[in-house]
Amino acid sequence: MSTMRSGPLDRRIAAPALGALGVLLALAAWELAAWTGLLPANQVPPAGAVLAELARQLDEPAFWHAIGATMSQWAVGMGLTIAIAVPLGLLMGAVEACWRALRPIVEFFRPVPGVALIPLAILIWGLSATSVVFLIVFGSGWNLIVQSMYGAHDVDQGARDTARAFRLTRMQRARWVVLPSALPYVATGLRIAAATALIIAVSGELVIGVSGLGHGIAIAQTAGQTDAMYALILASGALGIAVHVLFSRIERHVLRWHESQRQGRAS
Amino acid sequence: MSASLLEVAGVSKTYGEGGSAVRAIAGIDFTVEEGEFVSVVGPSGCGKTTLLKCISGLLAPSGGVSRLRRAPVTEPPAEMALVFQDYARSLFPWLTVERNVALPLRGREDVPDRPAAVRQALEAVGLARFARHYPWQISGGMQQRVAIARALAYQPRILLMDEPFASVDAQTRADLEDLVLRVRERFGMTVLLVTHDIDESVYMADRVVVLSRPPSVVQETHAIDLPSPRDQVATKELPEFAHLRARIYLAIKGAQAAGERRPALASQGGETA
Amino acid sequence: MTRARWRHLALELGVSGALLAAVWVYLSGDHGPAWTSVPSMLDAFRRAWLFDRFASDVVPSLVRLTLGFGVAVLAGVLAGVAIGSSRVVRLLTQPLVSFMRSLPAVSLLPLSLALFGIGTWQKVALIAFVCCWPVMLNTADGIAELHPTLLASVRAYRVRGLDRMRLVLLPALAPRIFAGMRTSLSLAVLLLVTSEMVAASSGIGFFVWQSQLRFSIADMWAGIILLGLLGYALNLGFGAVERRVCDWHLQLRGRKR
Repeated sequence: MSTMRSGPLDRRIAAPALGALGVLLALAAWELAAWTGLLPANQVPPAGAVLAELARQLDEPAFWHAIGATMSQWAVGMGLTIAIAVPLGLLMGAVEACWRALRPIVEFFRPVPGVALIPLAILIWGLSATSVVFLIVFGSGWNLIVQSMYGAHDVDQGARDTARAFRLTRMQRARWVVLPSALPYVATGLRIAAATALIIAVSGELVIGVSGLGHGIAIAQTAGQTDAMYALILASGALGIAVHVLFSRIERHVLRWHESQRQGRAS
Repeated sequence: MSASLLEVAGVSKTYGEGGSAVRAIAGIDFTVEEGEFVSVVGPSGCGKTTLLKCISGLLAPSGGVSRLRRAPVTEPPAEMALVFQDYARSLFPWLTVERNVALPLRGREDVPDRPAAVRQALEAVGLARFARHYPWQISGGMQQRVAIARALAYQPRILLMDEPFASVDAQTRADLEDLVLRVRERFGMTVLLVTHDIDESVYMADRVVVLSRPPSVVQETHAIDLPSPRDQVATKELPEFAHLRARIYLAIKGAQAAGERRPALASQGGETA
Repeated sequence: MTRARWRHLALELGVSGALLAAVWVYLSGDHGPAWTSVPSMLDAFRRAWLFDRFASDVVPSLVRLTLGFGVAVLAGVLAGVAIGSSRVVRLLTQPLVSFMRSLPAVSLLPLSLALFGIGTWQKVALIAFVCCWPVMLNTADGIAELHPTLLASVRAYRVRGLDRMRLVLLPALAPRIFAGMRTSLSLAVLLLVTSEMVAASSGIGFFVWQSQLRFSIADMWAGIILLGLLGYALNLGFGAVERRVCDWHLQLRGRKR
């Protein structure tokens, strides 16, 4: 398949260079489309104008307040989610009785879309950041429980047998066998939860009207400030990338340690 | 003199460019006549697989050409079938054994009765009962037999095999070797087998081509005039077998030693051995 | 062994059953504006969805979801194949795809309102645009991960064109594509519900939102319960289709372990 053969030209061009070129091309296409009227001028401002507006926003305290608000909701939500979901999930994965007892509950709540509970949150906590935090915990918690559960459950049988042969106590087994085995799964679960938490934070702000990036974007749209709206969308994208990169790094770091184990088994 | 079925003329392959270029093969010449069984052996890393890929058209050679019935090979021709070492990856796990064998026949208008061809091929390898199974439901040796059946059903003029038995255990290997010999006898096929196993190369072939260390060239060629049909016990007890085996073993050892004495030259892509 | 099974069953049903009963009893008292008794929730559920508001709210929601998701998957797979087939194209588009994939999708909701107004097309467009990226990314990655021997077999036996796409590429990519679809599906539901709460005149999300504004708590819960059921049904259906299409992959992985 000629698709998988790269010619000599490809090899010489480094990956980062192509990436940078891609960004430039995308921005250029955007600018061109806006100027030639391909995109409706009043709805889609040119790339240059948006970038200029973004630069201007970086000086505005309101901008940083919005980012701070979103990130603090995200952080508190993540903290609570991790504190509740990871231990619970690990316990469920390691102890059969816990799994039997709690699994129906987890499977029952898991498919419920977190945003469905927005009206409920408003009734209980009003139009506040607390409502958003609750939504984050509910929306990202269940999947993290399940991930952690699989992590504690999927311990290699060989490792388990070795631990028993050396007569390790329950606590020692948990510390030296179960926990390290579960770590990669938990790391993956954290990455997914982090992204989910961010999107729920922004959703909550948008619908409820709590201050933050989501709210800022909505305000900009209703006020007709299209430059600002696009600039804030770009900013939210940057936040998303930052969160993604951070948790991907963590995940890769943990997986690297385990992947070499797995590669050994597969070959 | 009639033209050979397969003609390999000065095939060479260099990977990379400039200072870091690696010359895997440096000009291989040999032919395969109609109905012959030729095996290619060499020290490890001598580019046997690279050579096979160039011959079959999967890889473009840096120099030289390979010709099938006088036509240069630029992409895998319809008269050539391949069996790969990694049977798990070369068969398609989402298709049954039957469908795997039948897939290459879809474009072949020249095969009159395709279901019959599939059935015949599966019977020839002894897997008629497993037609509806999936590859991952059967053992490694059986999967490789499916790959052989697929090649058979394709009705090629020449069968190319790339270390096909390297990934199975010794007992299965012996069974598969005999299977290939039987099938070749029954269908009168021409076979080019690349292997690292010296015993195998002598046991199965009419002629053995020995490659040198990289940058590889043809170091020696030995005609194998052991009696047919071959037998795992009787043939291997013959003194002639032992002699041939020893000569090839020494040739490869010699090639390895030569390579070790002059390692710098090998990687520079300079003079050939 | 049956004693263990009884114990398992007791735990599974017992704990959940006890919790359910506790919740039922708790809610029969008055605990504030957010809650109401379970019977009144169920009654409101029956009144709304069987079948009064089925056509006016459930159907539009389902239509929006299906159209948006369908377009997203189709576009995602096609674009993913195109991108994954060339190293140059993949590296050129990588920043854009990464950005789109990391962007909190709901940021685009106000933009979609500005471009499409309130209505079905706004929701379909938003879902279609946002949900194609996970599928695209997974498809492109899937192509890069195709094993060289598999590709060599395809070339060696001259399997081409439609046969190659239908009988080799798509089945080989299916597990990856389904992984991407899973992410896209939950994103689609999130966007649908959020859109319907913010700017809509019909739909399940709209119903839940309006009920809360009107303080019709039982109705609000009826909507929430339906959304939960929808999530559950989608999950179940998706899993069933995935198992059917990717059965070979699951079996293979199962055996490898």
